[in-house]
Amino acid sequence: MSKPTQTRAENVARMLPELNYWRIALALVITFFFAFFIAPIWTGLVTSFKTGAAVTATTPFVPPGPGGFTLEKWGRAIDHLSTGFINSLIMTVPSTVVTVFLGSTAAYGLTLVDWGKRAQFAVLVLFLVGIFIPYQAVLVPLSDFWINIFPLVEVLAPVWELEFMEPAHARLLSLTITHVVYGIPLCMLLFRGYYLTLSDELVEAAKIDGASITTIYRRIILPLSKPMIGVVFIYQFTAIWNEFLFSLTLIGSSSSPAATVTLVLSGLGTDLSGIDFGLRMAGALFAALPTLIIYALFAEQFAKGLAADN
Amino acid sequence: MSNPQDTVAGSQAVGGTETDDWRTRLVEFSKSDFVRSFPFWFVPFSIMGLGVYGGIGYNTLISLTDYEGFNEGPDYTNLDLGMYVQAVNDPWVWTTSKNTFVLLIVFTTITMLLGLFLAIMLDRGIRYREKIQTIYLLPMALSFVVTAQFWLWMYNVNNGLVNTVVGLFGLGPYNWIGDPQLVLGSVIFALIWQFSGYAMVVFLAGLQSIPDDQFEAAKVDGASVFKTYWRVIIPQLKSSSVSAAVVLMIFALKAFTFLFSMFGQYRVPKGTDILATLMVREAFKLQNWAYAAAIATILLLMALAVIAPYLHYQHKQGSL
Repeated sequence: MSKPTQTRAENVARMLPELNYWRIALALVITFFFAFFIAPIWTGLVTSFKTGAAVTATTPFVPPGPGGFTLEKWGRAIDHLSTGFINSLIMTVPSTVVTVFLGSTAAYGLTLVDWGKRAQFAVLVLFLVGIFIPYQAVLVPLSDFWINIFPLVEVLAPVWELEFMEPAHARLLSLTITHVVYGIPLCMLLFRGYYLTLSDELVEAAKIDGASITTIYRRIILPLSKPMIGVVFIYQFTAIWNEFLFSLTLIGSSSSPAATVTLVLSGLGTDLSGIDFGLRMAGALFAALPTLIIYALFAEQFAKGLAADN
Repeated sequence: MSNPQDTVAGSQAVGGTETDDWRTRLVEFSKSDFVRSFPFWFVPFSIMGLGVYGGIGYNTLISLTDYEGFNEGPDYTNLDLGMYVQAVNDPWVWTTSKNTFVLLIVFTTITMLLGLFLAIMLDRGIRYREKIQTIYLLPMALSFVVTAQFWLWMYNVNNGLVNTVVGLFGLGPYNWIGDPQLVLGSVIFALIWQFSGYAMVVFLAGLQSIPDDQFEAAKVDGASVFKTYWRVIIPQLKSSSVSAAVVLMIFALKAFTFLFSMFGQYRVPKGTDILATLMVREAFKLQNWAYAAAIATILLLMALAVIAPYLHYQHKQGSL
């Protein structure tokens, strides 16, 4: 009878020196911040499954009881947001692909090829400033450009005659191009950081073998870039999907057939009686779904992209 | 592909006249690294340059006109600094500038301190570090439109979680976003929630580049953990701190989406109106294009005041 007690006491005694107060404090702090970061998202998640009555009657972070559970909010949110969701996909995927490609070629031309260090540095600085400028500084010209100077609705008039195409989609195309333009500098910087770590010898050796600049890029650099392409793609996809300011100013109305998902979400579930929070939360989570899935799968690459952009 | 030696030999055989010499040099030039790499960097560079620098130039030009309303376009015959004079004399511009500075300073400082604290905690060799880091960074993967919805609900007067929590301490309920005294603080708190994971990741990368033996050496010298960090480790995080601070400050200058989404309109409460929201409202709600362009220029100058010293610092450090 006494033997197991003894072993347990021994175990506790052995553990004590390790379980010092610092360790306990550390664990508590980490748990506290875990709750802090997850609370708004968790609260949103459980609220999205509550009936209108349960939303006001229950504590926000407690999951709905059997009487207060409903999928109706999700149904309505998906109904409202599906067009915006598809528009966002149509816009985000091509603009991400093009931006990643152009970012990679720009970084190649500025790091692995030497055509004058001073000139290359000047070009680099111009790219870097492009990362940091507030987009407000180009919004007025941008909307003037797409509306008065180069209106795609008129420029591409025959296209909108096609089935499934609406003139409003011209705005979506403007938005896609805009994202490419302002996404290039950051993608360039991410690739540049990676190309600087590649050894010069590789390129030098290929040059001695008579390979051209283009061949070196296609045969050596592009295949070596694969891990970085992943990082940049994830980062850029998330950035463009989440973007709102360009959508708002170039598309304008959340009721436009070309509205992106973030634009539709900003006005969801508001009427004279106030905000339907269950619907709002379901909509917010639905709109965030692609980025959440990507984050769940590639959190490490996402963190790498963030850490590398300084 | 023919190699350069053939061409040189070829031209010598014809005889070294001046035309041939010139032609040879042109051929050589066309094969130089500059020309061959030109399409690689110049295409993206010109696209970006047109959008960024063309846009800024055009914006400056518009700010000198009196362009407003839904007419066809700006009239460039009468350029003056009228819009800038109007901006300087507009008390609302000063109010929003003040709010911009409060947001910038408070948000950047607290986010950095919290990020540093979290990074040091996670660097202490704890279990499940990767998983914990993933959760701390999760808000950064979400759109401001999405997080604004979450916080709108968190701050709800009657049913929000924030009031439930402060209620445990016998406080509240407070009208976090309805009360002009509280609204800026509430917005800053939500933004700190979203960005401190980012600051943490930047500091963690900095911490991990510091060799372990510095901790060992400090231990041998008998320094406390606190002193080791304060005297030895934190001073080495200067470069990480500068980078994180610049990114956070630039964000604070252009923060628009979170505010717009939280209040669902161009006109945000007075306490949270910053230059970035004022600019977009003047342009896209009130169609005061020239005035908005002038405010945008002010905003751009503020951003450049942060970026220029940063790039200079990075260049001096040799890390560009």
